[in-house]
Amino acid sequence: MIRVIPCLDVDQGRVVKGVNFVDLRDAGDPVELAARYDREGADELVFLDITASHEKRGTIVELAARTAEQVFIPFTIGGGIRTEEDIRAVLAAGADKVSINSAAVKDPDLITRASTRFGAQCIVVAIDAKRREDGSGWEVYLNGGRKPTGLEAVEWAKEVVARGAGEILLTSMDRDGTQDGFDTELLAAVSGVVGVPVIASGGAGGPDDFAKAVKEGLADAVLAASIFHDGIHTIAEVKEAMSSDGVEVRP
Amino acid sequence: MSEVVVLDYEMSNLRSAVKALERLGANVRVARSGDEVGTPTAVVLPGVGHFGEAMKRIRAAGLEDAVHRAYQDGSTVLGICLGLQLLFDESEESPGQPGLGLIKGGVEALRTDRKLPQIGWNTVEWRDGAAIAVGADSPHERTYYFVHSFAVHPADPDAVLGTAEYGQRFCAAAGGERVTGVQFHPEKSSAAGLGLLQRWLAELEVPAAA
Repeated sequence: MIRVIPCLDVDQGRVVKGVNFVDLRDAGDPVELAARYDREGADELVFLDITASHEKRGTIVELAARTAEQVFIPFTIGGGIRTEEDIRAVLAAGADKVSINSAAVKDPDLITRASTRFGAQCIVVAIDAKRREDGSGWEVYLNGGRKPTGLEAVEWAKEVVARGAGEILLTSMDRDGTQDGFDTELLAAVSGVVGVPVIASGGAGGPDDFAKAVKEGLADAVLAASIFHDGIHTIAEVKEAMSSDGVEVRP
Repeated sequence: MSEVVVLDYEMSNLRSAVKALERLGANVRVARSGDEVGTPTAVVLPGVGHFGEAMKRIRAAGLEDAVHRAYQDGSTVLGICLGLQLLFDESEESPGQPGLGLIKGGVEALRTDRKLPQIGWNTVEWRDGAAIAVGADSPHERTYYFVHSFAVHPADPDAVLGTAEYGQRFCAAAGGERVTGVQFHPEKSSAAGLGLLQRWLAELEVPAAA
């Protein structure tokens, strides 16, 4: 079954919505929103902590602990995970998985150490990719698409899996916030070469986009933020559209 | 009121299991060593991780003997995910490292051409009369969240309580006299999973037949 995953961006304990990661808007208590998504049929949740502070462990651990008390579907916490100790603390507080992005690029061995110590199933590596202007594939970016790394996205995906990533959260920075649909070429290029699940992210605009990410992009899970938060489309509507396009989802 | 002891062998999403049981009104206690177990109404083995590593920690903490003692003295046992596998005699994941042996049989890697581990939701076909499955009839009520690469193979076919399909049909739940194990995570399976835990807790309150 393909998982449908709402993503909640969290800043200082409050949910915000990102339009291309700029222009943020307050939208409430993350745990309340998470519990609502659980009731509405979300299969999993991702929290991305975007708090601009150097020491973020306290805020993400508190978020994990509060969520684990009230939400009974799997959830991942990302943003600000830098060390094995961050990972240990967040998992111990009740998160099922952590998502690592910049820290994995700066210190790829962190993936290996974390996967060996905690198990591949709880280590998600997030990759933000932007199409190269000459059309020769995709480059990995950091800091919400502002900082190029020079890394080739498909090769980086292979490396993180070889190092023990259990899942890849793949965001198209070209599509993120545009509502133009997922970048199915990027998704297929990565999903076709890795043996772990790929979560499609960036660009969901309507219920019909999700099945395409699965059928054309070979995604194992689909993630979206604003189309759910705005209340334009419910999770049930998205699942219904996927189901009628022949994609198996949780009933 | 039933007392439920959740074993902590430092390998699991312990907190999620505890919070789910508490949400359902259970009186939950965490035991880190054998002398903290006692003879509660029920013992829960949660868990994610490596079979051999978990058994090593369970032995080192004196939890193996404590579980057997509690079981012999009348406690009910529930294993979740790796906790289910630990109830068996042995696992392909850790040859030569015996399990708890409360259910006869072994644990083998899932043989499938699909991606492993299986991460996600899957629908269980329950055997008629399985107490934890009573009323879980609609697909919505019997679809649960799985994270695993290994599956149990009970020696006695009657020990299979439910199966699911992932490239192959595998045992999703097993059990016997006062022992139950589920391969999925009921504490992460939304209303369907909480419903299952609630039925399991309700069974604890039913006095054993004389």
